[in-house]
Amino acid sequence: MANEGTHNVEDLHLQNLTKKFGEVAAVDDLTLTIPAGSFFALLGASGCGKTTTLRMVAGLEEPTSGSIHIGQNDITNLRAFQRPVNTVFQSYALFPHLDIFENVAFGLRRRKVKNIDAAVNSMLELVELAPMARRKPTQLSGGQQQRVAVARALINQPDVLLLDEPLGALDLKLRRQMQIELKRIQTEVGTTFVHVTHDQEEAMTMADTVAVMNAGRIEQMGHPADIYELPKTVFVANFLGQANLFAGVRTGTSSDSIEVVANGINFRVLSARNSAPSDEVIVGIRPEKMTILDLHDKETIPSGHNMLEGRVIDVSYAGVSTQYLVETTWGQNVTVFEQNVLVGDRSSVGDPVVLHWSPDHTFGLAGGETVLADTAQILAVGA
Amino acid sequence: MAAVLPSAGKQSQVSAQRKSRTGYFLLLPGMTWLAIFFAIPFVTLFMTSLQAPVAGKSGQYVPAFQVSNYPDALAEYWPQFLRSFFYAGIATGLALLIAYPLAYFIAFKAGRWRALMLVLVIAPSFASFLLRTYAWKTILSDEGFITSFFNALHLLPDDRILNTSIAVVAGLTYNFLPFMILPLYAALEKIDPRLLEASNDLYASAFTTFRKITWPLSLPGVVAGTLLTFIPAAGDYINSELLGSTQDRMIGNVIQTNFIEFRDYPTASALSFVLMAVILVMVFTYIRRAGTEDLV
Repeated sequence: MANEGTHNVEDLHLQNLTKKFGEVAAVDDLTLTIPAGSFFALLGASGCGKTTTLRMVAGLEEPTSGSIHIGQNDITNLRAFQRPVNTVFQSYALFPHLDIFENVAFGLRRRKVKNIDAAVNSMLELVELAPMARRKPTQLSGGQQQRVAVARALINQPDVLLLDEPLGALDLKLRRQMQIELKRIQTEVGTTFVHVTHDQEEAMTMADTVAVMNAGRIEQMGHPADIYELPKTVFVANFLGQANLFAGVRTGTSSDSIEVVANGINFRVLSARNSAPSDEVIVGIRPEKMTILDLHDKETIPSGHNMLEGRVIDVSYAGVSTQYLVETTWGQNVTVFEQNVLVGDRSSVGDPVVLHWSPDHTFGLAGGETVLADTAQILAVGA
Repeated sequence: MAAVLPSAGKQSQVSAQRKSRTGYFLLLPGMTWLAIFFAIPFVTLFMTSLQAPVAGKSGQYVPAFQVSNYPDALAEYWPQFLRSFFYAGIATGLALLIAYPLAYFIAFKAGRWRALMLVLVIAPSFASFLLRTYAWKTILSDEGFITSFFNALHLLPDDRILNTSIAVVAGLTYNFLPFMILPLYAALEKIDPRLLEASNDLYASAFTTFRKITWPLSLPGVVAGTLLTFIPAAGDYINSELLGSTQDRMIGNVIQTNFIEFRDYPTASALSFVLMAVILVMVFTYIRRAGTEDLV
């Protein structure tokens, strides 16, 4: 299965993949194509089905229905050890009785590959662990063990490399370092990486494509920046970063935009940025896209901007930015991030303020009661 | 600062000393126990093994340095020695064959039945060792269904099981089986199932995974289990006494008879020492060859 020299991998296709545990569908009718050579992230909260999806691709979990293909090759019924897929496990799962060299050589030895020594040594070079070859896993630091786990999987030149929360056990600084490292390795070898994580920042920094999963389904998929700038569902808006949401009703439509009234305030949403199919629209805006002004500076707001009045109820200074909590006239709390680039007075608690933002940053989401109930639940879980 | 630091250092040194002394105090009860019930009898036994008989008075001995007790005892009883190690070896092998799959099942597959199965493993120990061996006498008796069954198949050379070496080995295997199962279970249970998944993911079939991952990682349990079975089995005399014939006597029986019936204390003591020495040598060679210190 190892491709000597050129590595012509093929796309990974999941077709109507479903996994039920009893009556509960952990993965619900998932259809997905992961392009060859991409760095793909499956992002979601714990229990959303992302790890189950990964384990089904690895062959460690049997799908209830559906199929898995690599190119034209149906691997659904292959056993784990027969698949051209390797996994970097969450806790690395390095073999404690074997040294680093033998851990990395394990897959090659099973397939009776020739020139194992040379292959292992060059792989250890790639992950910068050559001097550690004869150590046991327990003698290595967390970051080093993580690199061994990557090397052990990658040396088999799998068509797809699966990473199950690979950085979860590392501290923040090391995690940042390993994010860059993993990205470098992926660019160097060109293998398809499927990365499962609950850390939105990790997913966004590393992946070319992010799929946000919720309750066994994919909510939205695309380039990280596209999803962040234009979320299509309330779940995505809240899970990927923060969002201020105002539930309203569409009152008018012009050539390129729609008017939505929420809590008595008129908002303009560009038609291209509205994904609500009906008149019930939730208006959304990211906290850093809003500008906070003193109420008496209201005249300086450019025409056509959306705006909102309120009163500051909390200010927290965080170095690069300041986070304001603003209470609107109807009692909703709105979060605003302001970059600390201005010299001078900031708004303080109790100040009457006005918030404004461009329709270019405003997005419209499908409204309705069920969606709002979901939102409340998500926010409760997130808190 | 400079004035404070040394005194702080001294203080921590004192507390460290106190800590290390606490360790010794904790050892005290155990050490006392060992001194009274092991070290002193050990020395007494050794001195007895070198005693010389009083001429004309059977059962009476005087302190001496009669080293010839050792070769004399060995010359007379070497067949029982060999038989003991042979029986104990077979019983240990059988126990390993029976215990490994069982321990594997309990560790990896038993799920919520795990605790119950472990209790069942040790449950026989609630009845006395002697009683259980008597029970085997009934089970293997000539009229019993096991003997009838094997006789119907013409599988028994002497047409019986009781009072043969088969019964002795069966009894030894049965009686020491829990000492094999428990350490095996402890070792297998510690193996992270994700290691098996990782091996599976890295092109190893179930059998290769067992050979390359499960077996090597369970070796500490195998070593502990075989030692815990072999050592008491080699010195056992109850099974041979109750289940075997006079042709199946083990070294434990010889020692017991010499002490209690013949009142030949020096020979019995010398045999005890030789048994101890042989087992020690075997254990050390075994542990070194198994290389347990390399295992996690």
